[in-house]
Amino acid sequence: MSPIPAPPKRALLSVIPIAVILFVLPLLIAPYQVTLLAYGLIFAIAALGFNLLLGYTGLLSFGHSAYFGMGAYAVAFIVKYLKITSMEVFLLGGVLASAAIAALFGFLCVRYTRIFFGILTLALSQVLWSLAFKFYWVTGGTDGLRVPTPSLLGVQNPAGEEKMTFLAHRYYYYVLVIFLVGAAVMWVIVHSPFGKALQAIRDNETRAEFVGVQVWRYRWVAFLVSGIYTGLAGALWVPLNGLTTPDILHWTFSGKIVFFTVLGGFQTFMGPVIGAVVYNYLETYAVGHTVYWQMVLGVVLVLLVLVLPAGIAGTAGRLLLKLRRAV
Amino acid sequence: MALLETKSLTKYFGDTHAVDHVDFSVAQGELLALIGSNGAGKTTLVNLISGLLRPDSGTILFQGADVTAMSVHDRIRAGIARSFQLVTVFDQLGTLDNVGLAIFAREGKTWRLLSLANSDHAVSEEAFEMLREFGLEGKASLSAGGLAQGERKLLDVAVAYALRPKLLFLDEPTSGVSTREKAPIMDIITSIVRSGKITAVIIEHDMDVVFRYSDRIVVMHEGAILADGTPDEIRRNEQVTTTLLGTSPSQ
Repeated sequence: MSPIPAPPKRALLSVIPIAVILFVLPLLIAPYQVTLLAYGLIFAIAALGFNLLLGYTGLLSFGHSAYFGMGAYAVAFIVKYLKITSMEVFLLGGVLASAAIAALFGFLCVRYTRIFFGILTLALSQVLWSLAFKFYWVTGGTDGLRVPTPSLLGVQNPAGEEKMTFLAHRYYYYVLVIFLVGAAVMWVIVHSPFGKALQAIRDNETRAEFVGVQVWRYRWVAFLVSGIYTGLAGALWVPLNGLTTPDILHWTFSGKIVFFTVLGGFQTFMGPVIGAVVYNYLETYAVGHTVYWQMVLGVVLVLLVLVLPAGIAGTAGRLLLKLRRAV
Repeated sequence: MALLETKSLTKYFGDTHAVDHVDFSVAQGELLALIGSNGAGKTTLVNLISGLLRPDSGTILFQGADVTAMSVHDRIRAGIARSFQLVTVFDQLGTLDNVGLAIFAREGKTWRLLSLANSDHAVSEEAFEMLREFGLEGKASLSAGGLAQGERKLLDVAVAYALRPKLLFLDEPTSGVSTREKAPIMDIITSIVRSGKITAVIIEHDMDVVFRYSDRIVVMHEGAILADGTPDEIRRNEQVTTTLLGTSPSQ
């Protein structure tokens, strides 16, 4: 009998406690803390998408702000021009818009690799940023566009309910469910035959070609899926933030996505998720405590590259392995 | 009819005539060795036939059909597979996954995004069976990057073999392994190739290996075919022995 690998029971078992904690946490911590966690989970969705390219396909994008911003602006346009405030319509619009732009940009970018790929993704995202910046009569320019509290699953927010209460409860759970489903789907994708093909491309492009994998088509689909995840995150982010400005289309926001993916560890599935949540707290507290917060983040980044190149998840995994061997 | 035939196949790199009007053919079912000194054009010829390089001129016929302009992907579909001189396995994937991926690709299943690879038991079973044939079943769960050089060589061949090709090119399957390991590796490869009724072309430097395992030998020299014959004929060919082996037949 061959040792057919067991179904993903073990992976599932390790996720259940985390999911339970995420469900119970809003009952225990202050509403503001819950919204921070919601931000973290939203960035985690973006990071999961981003890491399909970096960790699994071996492509470093410096332009993921484009898809995040596209998701966010699609929502703002839906409010501005269609006067619709349904969250489900927001998500649909955000996903379709980011998918369209990812399909186009991906088509142009995936024929290149390494620095050429990175620079091209960056340049294309900057085009979107400049459009959002210049066409102020459409995009609101630097003032941005406001997005009101949406209805969730057709249920309007009761009149008089505080926005914070809404965000820290109903909206948090909405985000949490989408995050869990999104993470589960991504987990399946990276363990699917398609995911294996991506990893083969990452490990050796030429050899993958000679196994019959049409490299650029797979990269393009990976790019598309990656863009959709990031766009979904953008659409979820706007109602939480209440406002979208060109800042989230700027390449420095792409840099943040890279940052928290590296912080968490791009060689593991959970790394980017952990990195996104941790980064969000780190930035919030650094901004709150010192005007030199960018320096704090800079030092963290330098330390990360020098001391923990495997990121939080990668390093924790190694420590656990050592511990197990020692016992 | 020959399984594969090249007609006046030519590839120049600047002034270097890497492959110069070569008429090369492979008959169905044979195990052919392609030999020659470094720079003779062996690997370039295989690169042209497998689609890694485009020829400057000439045609490639596979099973009578012109495949000269075909993409790599279509050539693999037609039944041409290869391994590489420098080992090229997927290091971070598991050993089983390396072979499994080739099977998924062969069956057109690599576009499945929403099903787990290891839930396809037919593919896992076949991949494991293939590892067993290559003597790698004990390494199934290791990542390919952690294998020893000889094992990686075998895995490289196994990945190509898993595509179930009609014609398999093996570019120096024993390079970089110790002399002691060469015979076992070649024994495994040749027995699998013969039992699978695959036509194979092996590029090899080790003359012991070449003479012992091949049905026919084609000798290349400076981009052209110098000689073509059975091992006995090649051994007796004076032109070959002086240019290639640097010895006379009596030695």
